[in-house]
Amino acid sequence: MLRYIYADDLKAMPRLRDTMFRDRAAQFHTRLGWEVEVDDKGSEHDDYDEINPMYIIWEQPDGCHGGSLRLLPTTGPTMLGDYFLNLTDGVHIQSPLIWECTRFCLAPGASANVSAALMLGVLEAGLAASLTHVAGVFDARMIRVYRRVGWGPTILGTDGDGRDAISAGLWPCEMEYRDRLLEKAGVTSEMSATWYDQSFGAPNQDVADVA
Amino acid sequence: MLESFIDRLQGVATHSDLDDAILSLSREMNVEHVVYHSVSSKGEQYAVTTYKPVWVDQYLGNDYARIDPVVQACLRRFHPIDWKRLNWSGKSAQQFMHEAIDSGVGNQGFSVPIRGPSGQFALFTVSGNEKDDLWAKYTAEFSRPLILASHYINQKALEIELGSDQAEIARLSPRETDALTMLALGHSRAQAANSLSISEHTLRVYIESARFKLAAMNTTHAVARAINQGLLSI
Repeated sequence: MLRYIYADDLKAMPRLRDTMFRDRAAQFHTRLGWEVEVDDKGSEHDDYDEINPMYIIWEQPDGCHGGSLRLLPTTGPTMLGDYFLNLTDGVHIQSPLIWECTRFCLAPGASANVSAALMLGVLEAGLAASLTHVAGVFDARMIRVYRRVGWGPTILGTDGDGRDAISAGLWPCEMEYRDRLLEKAGVTSEMSATWYDQSFGAPNQDVADVA
Repeated sequence: MLESFIDRLQGVATHSDLDDAILSLSREMNVEHVVYHSVSSKGEQYAVTTYKPVWVDQYLGNDYARIDPVVQACLRRFHPIDWKRLNWSGKSAQQFMHEAIDSGVGNQGFSVPIRGPSGQFALFTVSGNEKDDLWAKYTAEFSRPLILASHYINQKALEIELGSDQAEIARLSPRETDALTMLALGHSRAQAANSLSISEHTLRVYIESARFKLAAMNTTHAVARAINQGLLSI
C-alpha cells in the first residue's frame, strides 16, 4: 500500500523507516555512487530529512519499504535551490504551488508497478494541495522510468554523463495523468483515494454533525 | 482574484494596516471568517481574526491551541488542510468543537500552514457555515488564490516585524526576467517559450516562480509589478 507520511510520524513505523533509509543507501551510495552520507547502521540521511519532509512510501505486505520519494515545499530549502541552480538556468524555483520531489528510490527487486504507484502518489498529493507543478532532481536514467509510467517530466537541464548524469525536471499536476498512472500502478481510483484518506483523514466527517 | 487585496497589502506599513487588510479579506473572499496567526521563532504570537472577541478570549484563556486539531495538524505540516479531514473524535476535541461552533466559527474550514524562515510558523484560515458540497466547490475554486494570499500576508507580517523600511526588491533571476519581458512585449506563452528556447512547461514554472517572488496573484499582475519595480527593460 501507499503511505503519505511526514518525517515526524515515521517513528511509529520503525521497520518501514529503517528499511527505507537502508534502501536509499543501497541505491544512492552503492549503486549510483553519489556522494551521500551513510551512517554506521547503513542508513542514508541528509539535511532535508531533518526539516520534516513528506514521504510517499510503498509499503510491502511484510511492512518493509518497497519504494519511496520525498516532497518538500519550494518556499523553504530545496536541493534545486541549494545545489542545482545550474540545472534550472539559474532560476531558484520558489512557489507555494510547486513542491520539490527528491530521493526517488526503489527497493531491490521492487515490482514494476511500484514506480507508477509512487508517481501516482505524487499526483494525488499535488492535486490535493492545488499544486501547479512538482519539480525534481534525479539520476538522468530515471527519465525513461518516469516516461514509462505515463507521466514523463519536462527536463529543465542535465549535467554530467552516463552514471553521473543528474537532471532536473517538472511534472505538471493535472488530472489528465491520473488514469494512466492508476492503470500502470494496477490500482483502482477508489483504492488510491482510500490510501490518501488513510494517511490524511477521510473528508466525510461533518464537523458539526460529529457533535 | 484578490488583486486589489494584494495591491492594498503592498502599501501596508504597520500591524494596524495589516489587520485592516486581512479583515477586509472576508468580504473579498466571500467567506464568513478569516484568521491569520503567526508564531515567531521566539514564540511571540500575532493574530488577526474576524472571530468574535469573546471566542478569542475564551480560546487564549483556555490555551486551546494545545488541543485545537487544526493547529495541531498544521504545526509541522505544509499541505493545506480541510477541517473535514481532521480527527475530531477525541473528548477534548469534541468539546472544543462544540464551543467553537456555538461561538460562530462555522462548521467548515480550510487552513494553510506556512513554514517561515528560521522556525517562524503561521496559519491562514477561512471558515464559515456551509453545506459540504458548496464548501468543497468553494475550496476547489479558491484554494490557489488563498494559498498565495496566505504566503503574501506572512511575508508582509515578517517585513513589518523585522522593521525593514526599505521595500524588499524582488530578486528575479535573468531567466525569470526574460520570461516576464517576453510576455510584457505581448508574446503568447508559446512564442515566449520558443524565443527563449525552452518548453512551455518550463516557461510556466519560471513565471510561477516570478509571480511568487513579486507577490502577484496572476501573470498580468506579475508583469505589472515587475514593470513598476523597474525590473524589466522594455
